[in-house]
Amino acid sequence: MPDAAPVRMTGIVKDFTGVRALDGVDLALRPGEIHAVMGENGAGKSTLIKVLTGVHGHDAGEILLDGEPVRFSGPKAAQAAGISTVYQEVNLTENLSVAENLLAGREPRLGPFINFRAMRRRATELLDGIGVDLNVAAPLGAYSIAVQQLVAIARAVDIEAKVLILDEPTSSLDRDEVEVLLGVMRRLAADGTALVFISHFLDQVYAVADRMTVLRNGALVGEWATADLPQNALIGHMLGREAAALEQIERTAAAHHVADGEPLVEAVGLGRKGSIAPYDLTVRRGEVVGLAGLLGSGRTETARLIAGADRADSGSLRFAGRRVGGHNPRTAAARGIAFCPENRKTEGLVGDLTVAENMILAMQASRGWARSVPPARRDKLVAAFIDKLGIRPADPDMPVRNLSGGNQQKVLLARWMLVEPKLLILDEPTRGIDVGAKADIQRLVAELSADGMAVLFVSAELDEVTRLSDRIAVLRDRELIAVLEAEADLTSEHIVDTIVAGGREP
Amino acid sequence: MNAYAKRLLWPVLILLALIAVNIVATGVDFIVPSVNDDGRLGGAFVNILRRSAPLLLIALGMTLVIATKGIDLSVGAVYAIGAAIACQTIIDAPDQTAGGLVLAAVALALAATAAIGAWNGVMVAHFGIQPIVATLVLMIAGRGIAQLVTGGQIPKVQDASPFTELGRGAFLTVPIPIWIAALVLTALALLTRRTALGMLLESVGGNPEASRLAGIRSRGITVLVYLVCGLCAGLAGLIGAANLGSADANNGGLWIELDAILAVVIGGTALLGGRFFLLGTAIGVVIIGTLEDTIINVGLSSQWQFTAKAVVVFAVALLQSPEFRGWVLRPLRRRPEAPAPAQAEEAAS
Repeated sequence: MPDAAPVRMTGIVKDFTGVRALDGVDLALRPGEIHAVMGENGAGKSTLIKVLTGVHGHDAGEILLDGEPVRFSGPKAAQAAGISTVYQEVNLTENLSVAENLLAGREPRLGPFINFRAMRRRATELLDGIGVDLNVAAPLGAYSIAVQQLVAIARAVDIEAKVLILDEPTSSLDRDEVEVLLGVMRRLAADGTALVFISHFLDQVYAVADRMTVLRNGALVGEWATADLPQNALIGHMLGREAAALEQIERTAAAHHVADGEPLVEAVGLGRKGSIAPYDLTVRRGEVVGLAGLLGSGRTETARLIAGADRADSGSLRFAGRRVGGHNPRTAAARGIAFCPENRKTEGLVGDLTVAENMILAMQASRGWARSVPPARRDKLVAAFIDKLGIRPADPDMPVRNLSGGNQQKVLLARWMLVEPKLLILDEPTRGIDVGAKADIQRLVAELSADGMAVLFVSAELDEVTRLSDRIAVLRDRELIAVLEAEADLTSEHIVDTIVAGGREP
Repeated sequence: MNAYAKRLLWPVLILLALIAVNIVATGVDFIVPSVNDDGRLGGAFVNILRRSAPLLLIALGMTLVIATKGIDLSVGAVYAIGAAIACQTIIDAPDQTAGGLVLAAVALALAATAAIGAWNGVMVAHFGIQPIVATLVLMIAGRGIAQLVTGGQIPKVQDASPFTELGRGAFLTVPIPIWIAALVLTALALLTRRTALGMLLESVGGNPEASRLAGIRSRGITVLVYLVCGLCAGLAGLIGAANLGSADANNGGLWIELDAILAVVIGGTALLGGRFFLLGTAIGVVIIGTLEDTIINVGLSSQWQFTAKAVVVFAVALLQSPEFRGWVLRPLRRRPEAPAPAQAEEAAS
């Protein structure tokens, strides 16, 4: 009996030097169906796609293409077999024309020359095929990211794709552009293409997907028809409710104290167009405020406005009772606001510099270049923090790039603890680090707030946010939808319910 | 310190090899300084150092600019401007031998070249113009400015003017250009390594975004570095003009920016920015200077100069490339292949 699914992956296992990224995952793609692969960051979605398209080899399991076992040598081979991928970042050349981008490598030719007239005609046909009308002779860069995304899709379709994989295609698009893209997806499905859709926008997924496969920590949670999987069940599967229930027991009441201190941060209507809708948020001295929400919900963006890393274009911010004007990282640091960004490597640390140099950086920046931190004082401070935070190896002269993720995070924390800020903003401080370092950092946050420091804590892990925070701001679709008081009976399920209800009373 | 020594290893070895070739070709006199009749130090190697002084000054400034991920193509033109301003000021005066006049001319030239450097810095730091474009403007326009200063003539300073001492004189038997180069090297090393300037420079060049979020005033630092680079180029121009006794707006310091960039690269500072090595640059400059003599000493015609320079640069670049060393050394030591760095990629996705 012929298999209805042209692509069937079964029992896929993928190991990265000691870490199991995929553990027995199945995925079946059927013609005419839009299949969403769901999961939080690190769940294994991208790895699964990369295994399918031959970017990574798999260690166990089987990929069947029309019933035949296959193992692609790379994306080119997968494409030749009819599996095309469109990535979040558009992989096209902005200064070439739309037609050239669409047909690069497959240009209609007249002998050794390109037949531009035929090329433009073919390009127009292709775009018509997905219902898009463009001037194909114009440079691609003249069009918005959304249109470029559509051109990338048209290009993928032209390669006679049986399977089209869309990896976060909508993350830089606005609402109307998303609608156009979803329309194109439906059209392609109606023509019999099997689509894979990866997105962290639940509304979009529910709008187009026929079927969902949910992954968590590299393992398959299950496959459902969209109609059979309500949103709260999906979020529960993605985050793992049973894990949340376990953490509930560990929660220490001691970490929570009524913060009746005076307000330190008062944000009123603070927002930035295209990044985060205007929000109100107060952080008091000695208080830990958590920012919770799914990936892409605006957690980071909320924190960055208060940190001065991004410029707000609406609302006002008061810090320690004073109105904040001309907010940027340097003036923020001078006021006593410290910011540990989400991406340690690209935004936090300077890889070439040593552990000691990275630690001293913020303190040195505030003193200016002419007043060097005296070497004796510097060595003493660095040694003290290496000891206090348990940084390994305990070598101040080691280039920081050679340290593990957890130790790098500690170096970044030390940089800001050194300047004794009033407010510490931590964006995903525990992501991708080992369990020991994670526990160290959580303990540190509790200690610092007990000493009177205000902490704004962003984490994808709800149980972590619940455990550490005195209050939790919940975000969804780039909007702050609720602020929950962390009373003793607050669990991560409440947060999940709040996200699902979208701020309305659950 | 370990990393520092490792970076300097290849340049030092190459310099020693070049010196060894010269000693074999011309005898030990190549390296041993002689004392001239007038009591000054001479000899082949001392002359190389004396001739290399302008290039060294420019390469030092270039090193700092490159550490910020930048580049300064205008240094050759700035060299010509510095030379033109000083020489023109001196010949316009009634008495070219007056000490006060020479000091004023030197000060004027240095102030002008520092201002030009700062201009470059402002273009890069405040207006976000790519360094190669911002400095290309002055690379082209600068020689025109020098021509305007000299009125299209080549101003010739009298040999009796104390100005020529900057290029030809000696202090405690050591030629003045060597003194100046050594003093500037020391001063810049102290400026960058005794203050926090060096570390902040490396931070800005190594990771601009992380530096911004750490609150570093990267604009001010960038402007300062271009200013120092312009000042160094101007000083180099003064030494060159003093040595010749004239300022040639068209040919003074022609293509010196490329030699300076070569010296920086030979010295182990990556064009990608970040870590920089002033001492490495100094060794790179001496390598370039020694190479020119080596070609003559081994009996090749001077037409070989450019090709030989290219070969040495190529060799140094290859020796500094981890990929190349791995490729050459792989057959020598059989080792199991390292696992692919797929994990990092995964974490980033």
